[in-house]
Amino acid sequence: MHNKTIADLAKGLRSGEFSSLELTLAFINRIKQYSQLNCYITVTEELAVQAARAADDRLAAGNANLLTGIPIAQKDIFCTEGVKTSCGSRILDNFIAPYSATTVEKFTKSGAVMLGKLNMDEFAMGSSNETSYYGAVKNPWDMTAVPGGSSGGSAAAVAARLTAGATGTDTGGSIRQPAALCGVTGLKPTYGRVSRYGMIAYASSLDQGGPMARSAEDAAIMLQTMAGFDEKDSTSVDLPVPDYKQGLDNRIEGLKIGLPKEFFSEGLNSAVASTIETAVDEYRKLGAQITEISMPNLKLAIPAYYVIAPAECSANLSRFDGVRYGYRCQNPADLTDLYTRSRGEAFGREVKRRILIGTYALSAGYYDAYYIKAQKVRRLISEDFKNALTKVDVIMGPVTPTTAFGIGEKIGNPIEMYLSDFYTIAINLAGVPAMSIPAGFVNGKPVGLQIIGNYFAEDRLLNIAHQYQQVTDWHLQIPKGFE
Amino acid sequence: MFLTADEVKKIAHLARLKINDQDIHGYAKDLSDMLNLMTQMGALNTEGINPMAHPMDQEQRLRPDEVTECDNREKFQAIAPQVEAGLYLVPKVID
Repeated sequence: MHNKTIADLAKGLRSGEFSSLELTLAFINRIKQYSQLNCYITVTEELAVQAARAADDRLAAGNANLLTGIPIAQKDIFCTEGVKTSCGSRILDNFIAPYSATTVEKFTKSGAVMLGKLNMDEFAMGSSNETSYYGAVKNPWDMTAVPGGSSGGSAAAVAARLTAGATGTDTGGSIRQPAALCGVTGLKPTYGRVSRYGMIAYASSLDQGGPMARSAEDAAIMLQTMAGFDEKDSTSVDLPVPDYKQGLDNRIEGLKIGLPKEFFSEGLNSAVASTIETAVDEYRKLGAQITEISMPNLKLAIPAYYVIAPAECSANLSRFDGVRYGYRCQNPADLTDLYTRSRGEAFGREVKRRILIGTYALSAGYYDAYYIKAQKVRRLISEDFKNALTKVDVIMGPVTPTTAFGIGEKIGNPIEMYLSDFYTIAINLAGVPAMSIPAGFVNGKPVGLQIIGNYFAEDRLLNIAHQYQQVTDWHLQIPKGFE
Repeated sequence: MFLTADEVKKIAHLARLKINDQDIHGYAKDLSDMLNLMTQMGALNTEGINPMAHPMDQEQRLRPDEVTECDNREKFQAIAPQVEAGLYLVPKVID
């Protein structure tokens, strides 16, 4: 039953094929069996069993929805009341969240069963899951390769069937890139679509939570629960939430797809490029029209991002001070020593780099040259998307320049790691929604196709992804050894 | 190199971040590489462009001035490193 999609599991729960408790225990057993993947930071077995029993009662009483009784797992960035919420950092290793994120509450209300908290790059800063205090996650398709990041635990757990679905967050590609490298379906919604309340902040104007699952249909089911206005998040957008499942079967004849020429230039591995071209051909067969477009400012997305995101992170992470919660150094000499040593001892190197560069970019004398300049570049990049999306319905391209790279291969060269996020970062700067769906394999490792849409067009993206998944079976492939 | 070891120390102090002496040069190199990446933005003319702070360009929502938060003091202090009589304890600040 662990190979079934959420949509099929919901049917099985209703037909009496299995109970939520049986399903939950089956996943808990798999989590233990495949613990070497290092997907989970915390397994909440007791809570899961309780929730599964309650879900079975709800199913029997007939007041269940599609997620009731379905085992899911939360990225360890979402505060979960009474459960350790580490954000992949030593500074929160002892942090038991005193309240729950809106996303967690919504899943709880829907009756979903939380299996545990998933591994991630420290404070979501990383593209390989190697910056986690809890160690790297392994890619189930190749145990020597990274799963991507920062939602690496989420992607690997979905791919290895250690959960039916998972939450992720995406600040510069952190849902889509690991989804691509692990061969799962991931959706970064429009900024403001999913509440950020209780989602530990990295870069507040870019962060967005979203679903990671085995199919577009499952992502639609999860997003239905996650999306919506939340008065606790001042940047949450007050717009009605459509029925995401309803439009999945719409035909896509006449769909206009734009391929930015900047996405298909140097730096893109040729085997990945031809996999993407084959996927685009599949859309042509489904009746889509393909045109080449140009987005000239995309090339400046990485420099602008590495000013804006660190600047926001340097402010956001100032709350970790060793005073109110989290790690505190031993025997502080004075208050400054308490702050600087608590932070210095408990933050990892990548987090420190970003705090430092962000502090520099915001400091007197450099603010205009870096921060304001980056915000102007951000405007131009965002205009590129707005212009392109008046000519085409969606933009397609790769998610990553290569398939999953080796553990340890890039961690010593931060700039090279940053540059590998070229295809995903601009989307966050603009705030538009985008998906990664499995589109094939190169040397046994998955390749993701990126589909980028207009603001609040998640329903359209899910429809387009679902139509592809009706005529292909890349999303149904199971990594060897995890059947 | 854009940044010297002394500059890194100054930034680290502003960020209240202890960096061990043996690591300073490594950070100076990494941060300089990052600044080098950022200088690429200079190639784009952004004169007259309105800086974009937020994807939706939205304004802060207003709400009625009503008490919405409940008192969570005990819950929050239960996870603090050191508290006494309802206060967070830190090293002595004034002699």
